[in-house]
Amino acid sequence: MKKFAALLLAFALLVPALAQAKDKVLMMATTTSTDNTGLLDELMPEFTKDTGIDIRWTAIGTGKALAMGRNCDVDVLLVHAPGAEKKFVKNGHGIDRTQLMYNDFVIVGPANDPAHVKGMPVEKALKAIAAAKAPFASRGDNSGTNKKEISLWKAAGMSVPDKADWYMQLGQGMLKTLNAAAQKGAYTMTDRGTWIKYMDVNKGKTPLKIVVEGDKVLFNQYSAIAINPVVCPDAKVTLAKEFIAWMGTPKAQKAIGNFRLLGKQLFTPNAGK
Amino acid sequence: MDFLYEGLVKAFQLLFDGNAETWSAVYITLCVSSLSIFFTVLIGAPLGFMLGYCKFKGRDTVRMLTDTLLSFPTVVIGLLVYSLVSRQGPLGDLGLLFTLPGIAIGQVLLGMPIVVAMVANAVENADSRMKETLLTLGANNIQVLRATLWETRYHLMLAGIAAYGRIVSEIGISMMVGGNIKWHTRTITTAIALETGKGEFAMGIALGVVLLIIAFGVNFSVAKLKRRAGQ
Repeated sequence: MKKFAALLLAFALLVPALAQAKDKVLMMATTTSTDNTGLLDELMPEFTKDTGIDIRWTAIGTGKALAMGRNCDVDVLLVHAPGAEKKFVKNGHGIDRTQLMYNDFVIVGPANDPAHVKGMPVEKALKAIAAAKAPFASRGDNSGTNKKEISLWKAAGMSVPDKADWYMQLGQGMLKTLNAAAQKGAYTMTDRGTWIKYMDVNKGKTPLKIVVEGDKVLFNQYSAIAINPVVCPDAKVTLAKEFIAWMGTPKAQKAIGNFRLLGKQLFTPNAGK
Repeated sequence: MDFLYEGLVKAFQLLFDGNAETWSAVYITLCVSSLSIFFTVLIGAPLGFMLGYCKFKGRDTVRMLTDTLLSFPTVVIGLLVYSLVSRQGPLGDLGLLFTLPGIAIGQVLLGMPIVVAMVANAVENADSRMKETLLTLGANNIQVLRATLWETRYHLMLAGIAAYGRIVSEIGISMMVGGNIKWHTRTITTAIALETGKGEFAMGIALGVVLLIIAFGVNFSVAKLKRRAGQ
């Protein structure tokens, strides 16, 4: 019985010890592309070294990241859905939205290009895919990429082909969606960073290739937002601001530009532009 | 299919080369699952015993409910606990989101029905003839209670191990409440989901093998205990 009491005491002491939050811990919600590509693993140790802030991040879609921000569960966001972000700030949930870097979206598809969309502008390409009923894999998870894709269908004058047989809504992250597209011989839209990571993981062996790129509408901006301390009194706004400022420093911006896989740059820094 | 073989080889490399990320995930998994199973048994065993031993009105309904809770999806438990410990939620001030105790709350909810149902079942089955025999031999109520408690000791351990197996392999709660934060709340299962999501299949398999090694230990103990409990 004594042993049992000792064990109980040990656990009782363990709980608060585990739950105790340190002062300089900054909690961030971010999109999967910044984490899955390895960018944050590269940058964040430097950030911690420079500022002494212990940054922890959870990598989820932009939609869920914004929801976590609304629930005051994180202190800062690093996301890529400008429309939704502006609304988030306008509704008072966030402050100091700052552009940090960009890359672009590309549409990839099977090498034999069944819908013959190679080199077309986005609008025409989506129409051609729909007309050919060629399989298309969508994230279907309300992420930044998914929001962008939905806006492109609408821009092409179509409603989202929600129930079409050839339209697969996976509800998965970008790399999983790329894998599914490769397996199914489907087209899909991805940010270029994740595409390069995908090529890197598969050592260049993939049935997919880029079919549409370079269209102005495919621009993909990443921004950081601090959670508004007026709405969320517990949010660590000072640390969040320090993070956003650090990401904009020449040092961090240079590191973002130097982050490469397969010799290719994944993100282009554009803070202050 | 190369990644299956690659994954197996990698599993042992990760474990024996002392890969820091893997060992961190193993340590966190063991840490949080021990915490969970401790409180699961601590709360679940007395409840299960009462449910099996005491006769009260509506007992069958409670048993049916407990059995139904055995199929509680972990993602829903995760969502439930998230809504409780979110800073906007009723327990928000405790700051349990993205912490191991937060995950443990969900895992206790997950393991509890297993312990309650299995212990109640064991007590019920042990009860019938033994109780009469003991009473015939002139035992008083306290002695009967003690004998029943003693008789169900192996079943209690079995229930704990079954619950542990479910707790250690769940992912929905760890992902939703823990947030899969590297070095802090990344368990083996959330790491598997991450690596698979990244297309690093061999790494996913390797971590799966690591989890299986833990599960093997659990099942090995179950087999031993079953033999001792005479089932």
